[in-house]
Amino acid sequence: MGIKVYGSPVSTCTARVLAVIEELGLEYELVPVDLSTGEHKRPPHIERNPFGQIPALEDGDLVLFESRVITRYLVRKYGKGSDLLKEDTPVEAATVDQWIEVETQHFNGPVSAVVFQHLFLPLFFGGTTDEKAAAAEAEKLGKVLDVYEVKLSKTKYLAGDFYSLADLHHLSYGHYLIAATPHGSLIHSRPHVKAWWDRITSRPASKKAAAGLVLSI
Amino acid sequence: MVLKLYGSPVSTCTGRVVAVIEEIGLEYELVPVDLTTGEHKRPPHIERNPFGQIPALADGDLVLFESRVITRYLVRKYGKGSHLLKEHTPEEAAAVDQWIEVEVQHFNSPISVLVYQHLFLPVFYGGKTDEKVVAAEVEKLGKVLDVYEAKLSKTKFLAGDYYSLADLHHLTYGHYLLTTTPHASLFHSRPHVKAWWEAIASRPASKKVTAALSFTS
Repeated sequence: MGIKVYGSPVSTCTARVLAVIEELGLEYELVPVDLSTGEHKRPPHIERNPFGQIPALEDGDLVLFESRVITRYLVRKYGKGSDLLKEDTPVEAATVDQWIEVETQHFNGPVSAVVFQHLFLPLFFGGTTDEKAAAAEAEKLGKVLDVYEVKLSKTKYLAGDFYSLADLHHLSYGHYLIAATPHGSLIHSRPHVKAWWDRITSRPASKKAAAGLVLSI
Repeated sequence: MVLKLYGSPVSTCTGRVVAVIEEIGLEYELVPVDLTTGEHKRPPHIERNPFGQIPALADGDLVLFESRVITRYLVRKYGKGSHLLKEHTPEEAAAVDQWIEVEVQHFNSPISVLVYQHLFLPVFYGGKTDEKVVAAEVEKLGKVLDVYEAKLSKTKFLAGDYYSLADLHHLTYGHYLLTTTPHASLFHSRPHVKAWWEAIASRPASKKVTAALSFTS
C-alpha cells in the first residue's frame, strides 16, 4: 500500500503534487491517466475526482482531488519537519495561507490563461493563439507580479524567509510561462521576482518535478 | 484589542468573514471601506490588502487579506471548539480542505459572474446583463451543483455530517444568487442541494449575515 498519484508528468497540477512528494522524499507510483481518450471523464477516474480532472491521490483508503488539497495533506501527514506549512500557531499558519491563497486567487487565473493561449490551445486543440486575449492576461499577470516584487523585496520567499507551499505552488505554471510562451520577461524583468524564481527552481525537488513538464509547440 | 474587519456589510467576501465571526461569537468592529470613492485602492487600505480589495482583518499586529485566509485564521485562533475546521488528523483536515477548495475552484467563478451580471453590473455600473454570458455560466454552475447533489445525497454537509467552513463559504454568493437573480432554480431543483441550503442558511449566524446583504436594485 503506497501513495498513488493519478495524473500526467506533463500536467501542471500533477507536477505541483510531484514537487511536494520530491521535497518530502516520499515513495509513490504515478498512474497515468490518458486525457486524449477522455479517461479522466469516465469511471474509475471520475469516482476519484467528480470534476473529471487530474490529479487525484490515493493513500490507503483516502482519496483526494485538487492539487492544493493534496499538497497540504502530504505535508501535514509526512512533512512535519519541513517548513512547507507552518501550523504550530494560527499566526504562522495564516502567513503561509495568505500567499497560498494569493497564488490561487490572483496568479493562477492569468498565468493559466497565458499558457493556455500559447501552448495548450495550439498543441491540444489545434487552435490559434488569440493574441489580444493573451496580451490582456499578460497585463493582469504583470500587475500581480508587481505586488510580488514589493513583497519579495522584504522577504526572501513569499511567506517569509523560508520556502513554503506558497512558493512551491507557482513552480509548474511558472515553468511553462517561461519555457513555452513569449512572456517569460514578466518574471525576468522584476529583479526580486527573478531572484526568487531562480532560488525556487534550483531546488533539486523542483528540478525533478519540472523534468516532466516537456510540452512545447 | 478588538478585531477590526475592513469591508462592507453588503459585500460577499466581507460577509463570508462576518459569518465566521458570528458562528464563533466574537467581538469585532466593522470599519467601512468606501468602494465608490476608490478608498480600497489607496493608502491606508492598500497597505492592508496590496490587491486593493475588501475585506482585510487586523487582529493586534496581524493584518490579513483574502476572506478564506481570514476565516481559517479566526477558526484556528478562536474557534477550536467548533467543527468549522477539523484539524486533529491530516485525514480529517483534508476532508474539509477538499470542499473548501471545490468552492474556490469550481463554485466561485460561475456564481460570481452570475451575481455580477444580474446585480453588480446594473446597480453599480449602469450596465446591461449579457444574456449569452449568463447562459454559459448557468450551465457551468449547474454541472458543479450536479456534483454537489451527488455528494449531499451521501453526507448532510459537504465535508461530512457536520457544518464546516466548506459549507459556510457558500453563504453569501448563494444568498445573492437566490434573491437577486432569476436562477434560484439551480439550487431549488436539486433536492439535496436545496435541503443543504436550507440547513446552512437557517443557522442564526447565517441569518445575521444575510440580513445585511441587500441592495435595492
